[in-house]
Amino acid sequence: MQLSGKAALVTGASRGLGAALAGELALRGARVIAVARDARPLEGEVARIRGLGGEAHALAADQGDKDAVYPLVGAATGLVGPIDLLVLNASTLGPIPLRELVDTECEDFARVLEVNLLGPFRLIKAVVGSMVLRGSGTVVGISSDAAVNGYPGWGAYGVSKAALDHLLRSWAAELAAGGVRFLSVDPGEMDTRMHAEAMPDADRGALARPEDVARRIASLLEADASPPSGARLEATALEPVA
Amino acid sequence: MSALAPAAWPVAEASLTRLLHVDPTRGTYRDARITDLETLLRPGDLLVLNDAGTLPASLPGWSRLGLIEARLAGPPGGSGEWPAVLFGAGSWRDRTEDRRPPPELGTGERIQLEAPGPDRGLQAEIVSVSSVSPRLVGLRFDREGSALWSALYRIGQPVQYSYLRATLPFWHAQTAFAGRPLAAEMPSAGRPLRVSQLRGLRARGVVLAVVTHAAGLSSTGDPALDAALPLPELSLVPSETVAAVEHAKAAGTRVVAGGTTVVRALEGAWRDGGLQAGAAITALRIGPGFAPRVVSGLLTGLHAPGESHFELLQAFAPRSLLEAALDHAATSGYRGHEFGDLSLILSEALP
Repeated sequence: MQLSGKAALVTGASRGLGAALAGELALRGARVIAVARDARPLEGEVARIRGLGGEAHALAADQGDKDAVYPLVGAATGLVGPIDLLVLNASTLGPIPLRELVDTECEDFARVLEVNLLGPFRLIKAVVGSMVLRGSGTVVGISSDAAVNGYPGWGAYGVSKAALDHLLRSWAAELAAGGVRFLSVDPGEMDTRMHAEAMPDADRGALARPEDVARRIASLLEADASPPSGARLEATALEPVA
Repeated sequence: MSALAPAAWPVAEASLTRLLHVDPTRGTYRDARITDLETLLRPGDLLVLNDAGTLPASLPGWSRLGLIEARLAGPPGGSGEWPAVLFGAGSWRDRTEDRRPPPELGTGERIQLEAPGPDRGLQAEIVSVSSVSPRLVGLRFDREGSALWSALYRIGQPVQYSYLRATLPFWHAQTAFAGRPLAAEMPSAGRPLRVSQLRGLRARGVVLAVVTHAAGLSSTGDPALDAALPLPELSLVPSETVAAVEHAKAAGTRVVAGGTTVVRALEGAWRDGGLQAGAAITALRIGPGFAPRVVSGLLTGLHAPGESHFELLQAFAPRSLLEAALDHAATSGYRGHEFGDLSLILSEALP
């Protein structure tokens, strides 16, 4: 898909990969709705994107809140029209420091699923009908290595990401014909605040920059040869972009 | 004639929605279900749907002279002025015709729509007053862009009427395929259509296309204003839809409007001997004697004499047949209004 002129909604866009993706998509001509819970850092990112000549709009919302999703999509659609590209980037690790499942409260586990799984389901549901009717659209979920490998302390998060992968696979299976595609991307380990919270002792020099990962994902979306809907990709295996 | 009981809430299972198929050429009507569209429509038929999302159009607030409710009547015009109808104190739970009129507010008056919080709260200024009714005004909000849209969705509710059981959540006030929020009220003929059903129709060879039509308010309780409904409305007709209509016409297949708003959008976009793509305001009023240029038939709610929609239906079927079908629907337990059952007014054969 050519990103120029497309309406894109990116969650978790106030920092890290989400902010980098919002900026990258906007600089490629997309009309970007940047979403995050906290308005202030989000507005800062939107101002930065606009300063670079991109179109971006800030909408503060908590995707873990069912009642917030339709107002969010309504406001987004009012600003840029029906959503062509939905990037499900926002997620929560749960309580920090990470803890083993045996020490995880049920409520904390439920909150992780609410934000990382149910939020994406609701957002997809709110935009996909229009995509189906118009015969085009792309939904990208940001996954994690923790979705396919079990790591001590990453249980709730890993389960939510595995479920997100399967959610997208299931949408892809149901809507196989009709022009709407669903992709999961494992971005790899990046130098973000989330990574620092989860692994404070990591060597930052060994981590990818979110801006580089964002460029790879944007190029994947614009590539003529699209991976099949339902595919799960690793950003480190995507073509590096100069 | 028997009166149709209104549906007080959306049915949980949309596929149970009843569909009264009226065939104007044969002069017959027949009971069916919404799922029977799969056989009532044929491969090659074109079904055009209104994908307008529903605005959070009901905005409670207060003025210098007392409580009011502003109901947005559509999207803003080019000058950024939003058309709105003002009501006095009360809520959707009051019958529209029983609502108190708003205090007399002229141009320059300010309306406070939100309690001051982190900022002073959403405000609007009355910048014009219609000659049709002093209750139809133009509003200019004190913000724009994402700040305005966030505020509208924070404080606004979908417009709803007193026969409903409870306050509508947004997801019940939208079609499953809603796009840009331009409609003051949900284009309700599309409401029972599930996305899976649309995909099923497409798989059977029915062609789907969209218009985005800013359906206005259906009732205001102000006699002068109600007589003027529907007000001029914005329509967006994509070039793909124009091509699909031209293809259907050339192939001799039927063009079925998914609701009265689609009829207005398509017939209103017929200019200079053809269907024109793009955005336009249509003031077209359709009634008995109107010869449709584009639309062969329509999917619609059940409308009774006295409603402007009933006038429109008479462009597609004779009044006596519509009345007989409506009488049958009422005695057979069909439900009326936006969450009710549907009818398909469509001849087997094209004239």
